[in-house]
Amino acid sequence: MTKVNCSIDVHHLTRVEGHGNIHITIRNGELVDAQWAVVETPRFFEVMVKGLSAERVPFLTSRICGICSISHSLASIRSLERAMGINPPPAAEKLRLLAMHGETLQSHALHIFFLAVPDFVNTPNVLPLIESHPHIVQAGLRLKGAGNAISELVTGRCTHPVSLVLGGVSKAPQKEKLESLRAQLDAVRNDLDTTAEFCSTLQIPSFVRETEFVSLRNGNTYPAIGGDLVSTDGVRKDENDYLAMTNEYKLDFTTTKFTRLSRDSFAAGALARFNNNFDLLRPEARKVAAQFGLEPVNHNPFMNNIAQLVECYHIVNDAIALIDELLEDSLADTRVAWKPEEGAATGAVEAPRGILYHYMEVDRNGKVRKGDCIIPTTQNNANIHHDLAALARQALAEGKNDEEIRQLCEMVVRAYDPCISCSVH
Amino acid sequence: MQHLGFSNEKLKVGSFDFTCCEGCQLQLANGESTLPEFLELLDIRNFREISSERHDDYDIALVEGSITRDDEVERLQTIRKNAKILIAYGSCACFGGVNSLKNRFPVEECVREVYGDSPVETRPVRRISDIVKVDFSIPGCPVSKSEVERIVVSIATGAMISLPKYPVCVECKQQLNTCLFDLGKVCLGPITRAGCDAVCTTGKTPCLGCRGPAEDANYTSFRQLVREHGLGMDELDEKLAFYNCFGEMRDDES
Repeated sequence: MTKVNCSIDVHHLTRVEGHGNIHITIRNGELVDAQWAVVETPRFFEVMVKGLSAERVPFLTSRICGICSISHSLASIRSLERAMGINPPPAAEKLRLLAMHGETLQSHALHIFFLAVPDFVNTPNVLPLIESHPHIVQAGLRLKGAGNAISELVTGRCTHPVSLVLGGVSKAPQKEKLESLRAQLDAVRNDLDTTAEFCSTLQIPSFVRETEFVSLRNGNTYPAIGGDLVSTDGVRKDENDYLAMTNEYKLDFTTTKFTRLSRDSFAAGALARFNNNFDLLRPEARKVAAQFGLEPVNHNPFMNNIAQLVECYHIVNDAIALIDELLEDSLADTRVAWKPEEGAATGAVEAPRGILYHYMEVDRNGKVRKGDCIIPTTQNNANIHHDLAALARQALAEGKNDEEIRQLCEMVVRAYDPCISCSVH
Repeated sequence: MQHLGFSNEKLKVGSFDFTCCEGCQLQLANGESTLPEFLELLDIRNFREISSERHDDYDIALVEGSITRDDEVERLQTIRKNAKILIAYGSCACFGGVNSLKNRFPVEECVREVYGDSPVETRPVRRISDIVKVDFSIPGCPVSKSEVERIVVSIATGAMISLPKYPVCVECKQQLNTCLFDLGKVCLGPITRAGCDAVCTTGKTPCLGCRGPAEDANYTSFRQLVREHGLGMDELDEKLAFYNCFGEMRDDES
């Protein structure tokens, strides 16, 4: 054994969104402590929404996150529409799903190429890859660009959407623009294959820790907006029962809350959606999963990177199908009028990093009385914490040195694609 | 880098985030087709979200977010010492932004509402310029990438830097949009600084004023406009408070 005592401290982990620290202590060859501490400054969105007009809430809550602002906006919209009995027109529902696809595509591409891949090829960031793997970086940028192009066309811009409103979508995209978006998406199918080929050359660490995976499931389509809350341990609950699904608690060393369900912790995200909804993926996505030997239920957190790639295949193909449907529609009717009504409901959506809940209570004047937001990364934090301990123990048993252990630990945190400011909203 | 025949070393840039959504720094990674070229102009010394390299010497510090904790004050002061030029970018950095909606409630109530009895440190939201000297402000929620790029390149080459002085209304009219006041909405376009290309109003969503006041905004006649359209003053006040950047108008009238 090379090392019996070591202390690993990663202050403000890089290539993740937000501020988090890793602390690992090994004494006499035994793991004493492994901690994932979120030190992000909280913003108190649940307080900010109080007294605000329902109409304004999605514009506020989208600011919870710079990467998944569309998901936050739609989670608030769904909760408030359910609370006040508003039914948006079918064309608006399709546009919203398309917007979700755009956001997840750009987010997954950002994560795979900019944040995760540098670890696998041992570079500090993506810049050296511009020289060494130009066609890979270009493919990544085109995929990310296609995701942003969807969001921009459907919601007005790619961060902090402008046209997602209570009652529907305030402005429908022009058909000519939908057609050119379709062509752009058709063209990036090749980039997906280039990415898959490249990813198949990466060495995914072999690490397995049995985990419960939580996601939405509606039984008809791969999940995005609304549905039942399910877990791979067999839990199934109604969307409004989100508190029984999350069981938040607070520990001293971290500013985010932790969650649990049937075990000490659970995971949300691409791998969780995949594990619960494999049967609802498009055939192109199922095919690429098979190429990587990815089958439900997979318990290796590093495979979340591959599950994201599988979802990119699903999204690109599903977005093309959605655009074809929208081109058949008149798109004249994308918004309904509504009146404030007293009520309360949960809106659950699958943000890129996993299941996201917004709960809102409104009074009869349409002012928010109470709000609650439970973020995917909050749900993953406890699982990351437990993974770190198990991974450090395994690496120690394999005789890895400090530097190797530190690198593996950083990688496993990044594999979850944590969105830390989001989790400390 | 060559610019107007002027040759320079690569500009050393650091990006730093405080209390915010980090959406502004993400804008810098967007615009995929120009990204490698933009990065080519810069020597990135510190950009935690995309790179694990860190250095503490930089010409320009891009600072995003508002200040809500004491450790942030210290970190910001260090950044100010290290940087030749400090740019506050995004509405949170420039005005406090949406985070300031928290300031409507006492700090103890905020903590109790979200964390129950567990103590969590937080203070009322402050702007970057409340703590250190800011050389330049680029407002927006989020900022526009092209504006940030233009300003960073201008600094590198010693060119003049300015933001549009006229209101969003001008940009909105150029797009031939139907006025949202005529659709019965209170829109802050007439008093908000342009430069966003009227993205919200073009999407048929009223302007909430994320870029702050236009120069010489006429608040009295704006209030009159809202009244003439028979629209609610409550709605107006809620919108003016959204990004915390129209304090002068609210003070004016109260």
